[in-house]
Order: sequence, then structure tokens, then C-alpha cells
Amino acid sequence: MKKAIVILLLAVVGWVLVDTFFQVNFGESRLGELEQQKTVGAFYLNNTVEKLTVANVVTAIVVNYRGFDTLGEVTVLFLAAAGLGSILYRRKEEGEHDVMVLNNSSQLLQTGARLIFPAILVLGVYVFIHGHLTPGGGFQGGAIIATGFLLMFMAYKDYHVSHNVLTWVESLAGVLFVTVGIWGLISGGSFLENVLGTGVLNDLVSGGVVPIIYIAVGFKVAAELTGVLETLLNFKTKK
Amino acid sequence: MVFNAIFLSLLAIILIAAAIYAVVQKDLLYAVIATGVISLVLSIYFFIMQAPDVALTEAAIGIALTTIIFVITIRNTSRREDEIPVTKEPDRGDKN
Repeated sequence: MKKAIVILLLAVVGWVLVDTFFQVNFGESRLGELEQQKTVGAFYLNNTVEKLTVANVVTAIVVNYRGFDTLGEVTVLFLAAAGLGSILYRRKEEGEHDVMVLNNSSQLLQTGARLIFPAILVLGVYVFIHGHLTPGGGFQGGAIIATGFLLMFMAYKDYHVSHNVLTWVESLAGVLFVTVGIWGLISGGSFLENVLGTGVLNDLVSGGVVPIIYIAVGFKVAAELTGVLETLLNFKTKK
Repeated sequence: MVFNAIFLSLLAIILIAAAIYAVVQKDLLYAVIATGVISLVLSIYFFIMQAPDVALTEAAIGIALTTIIFVITIRNTSRREDEIPVTKEPDRGDKN
């Protein structure tokens, strides 16, 4: 019985693979001219600005056309952070020696960090909010925010970010991403379909669901990377 | 144009030198800083070659986060790369 089910499943998988591969003729050139729109890249370049009204074509590809891949990437990052946390996170017990005994950093670093930290946060938020207009996006903005927190971790040895807050931010951002996807599935017909109106080119609110998804990705990446740094810096081992 | 070529060549030389230094150096802290330099030069390259999205990612993740994660790891383990003990070649008796 078990073997029969396995053979049946393998047959289904094999049939799907064969069917897919035989749709492409062997040796056929898939490249075309930019004007003839034979390749998918030419399609993106010709249609993104006019139809989707997203100025940054890279963002349009990453979030709109390849939104499902982006969901996978975010999941990979989440799994990496979760794995690191599950390996390294340990509750502080009595008699445990803290390896990362940081000295107090200098007055210069502390004052400078306090001064520049809000500016870094604003830069990161700017990068992922304007992801569809200017270079950058959720991943870049999230990483910039994480570097801001890194600066604070280095300057103040008692600076901590609550893991609960990070977990909540990350979970809500992930839920928002998937909710937008399911919303597209319900009202548009396919997962992550761009169901909102696209608006005017170069407006802040334009491009449909692209800014919403990139804001969610930005919060998620920032929370994950900050969590990784927090876990690593507070790693304790027994001596 | 000439200035541009000289600038790009200089960047490439710095890139390769930092990469070789990172491999050769036995002090891992210096090697990690060298990888940070590689990321910095790569980020400038991405920007020149009109890929500012990738340049931003490389700048934030390659220069800051990866470097600091390696520094934390080195702090928690050992700083120097251990010398691999060279095994003696068997004496074939040719020298007599």
C-alpha cells in the first residue's frame, strides 16, 4: 500500500516535469530582441513604467512579478535567524561566565552613536518606503536599520532590544505580507496579484501593493537582523 | 576617461590585494577587516556599474553586518588561525 502511494506520487511528479520540459523545444533560442518582446526581461523593461507605474524596475520585478520568490527569501532569512537563535539562545544561569564582557566604550562613541542613531533609522525607513521610486527597498532598508542598532549595541553595553518586541514586529510583518498575497488571491485571481490601483508614476503612493509589501519586508528584515545581533552579542558560555 | 580607467584599475588592485591578504593572514581579525574592505570596493563597483540596489545591500550587509558577526565569532573562539602541523616526509635515504 505504502509503496503504491509512493510510486503514484513519483509518477505524478515525473509526469509534471516531463510535461513542463517538453513544452520548450530542444535547442530553441529563447533570447529575442528588446523590441520584439520575446524575453521576459524585455517585457519587464517595456511594461513596468507604463502599466505598473513603478519607477524602479528592480523593485517591480522583486515584489510584483516575483513576489512569491521574495516571500521565500524572507522565509529563508527567518529560518536562518530562528536556527541561530535556537542554537545560541540560552537562559542566564548562576555561575555562567559572560564571554562578551564589553568594556565601556569611549565618550566619543557613545555621544556619536546617540546622535547618529535616529538618522540611521530615518535613512533605513526612507530607503524601504521609497523602494518603488529610488534604488533600495525592504532588504536594504532593513539592513541599514540593523546597522543602526548594531552601533547602539557597540556603544552601550547595557543596550538591549526586547526579544518580544522583535518577535511581534517580525510576525506581524510576515502576516501582513501573506495577507496581501491572499487578498490578491481572493479578489485578483492569483497569489500576490496587484489588486490596488497603480496611481501616478513617481508618487509616493503608487504601484498598488508594491509599497505595502516592501514596508512589511523592511520591518521583517530589520527585526530579524537585529535579533541575530542581539542573540550573538548576548551569547553566554560556561567557563 | 583616463582618470576613470585609472580609478577602476586602482579599485581592482585594492580588491585583489585585500582578497589575497584575507587568505594569507593568520590573524583572523585582520583577515575579517580585509573582507570588509573587499565588500567596500565591491559596493563602489556595483554603484559604478549602475546597480545601486545591489550596492546598498552590499554596503549594509557586507561591510557592517557580516564583518561584525565574524568579529563576534572570533571573540568567542580563537583569534589566530592555528598552524597546520607539517608532516615530515619519510626519509628515503637519498642523502647519503
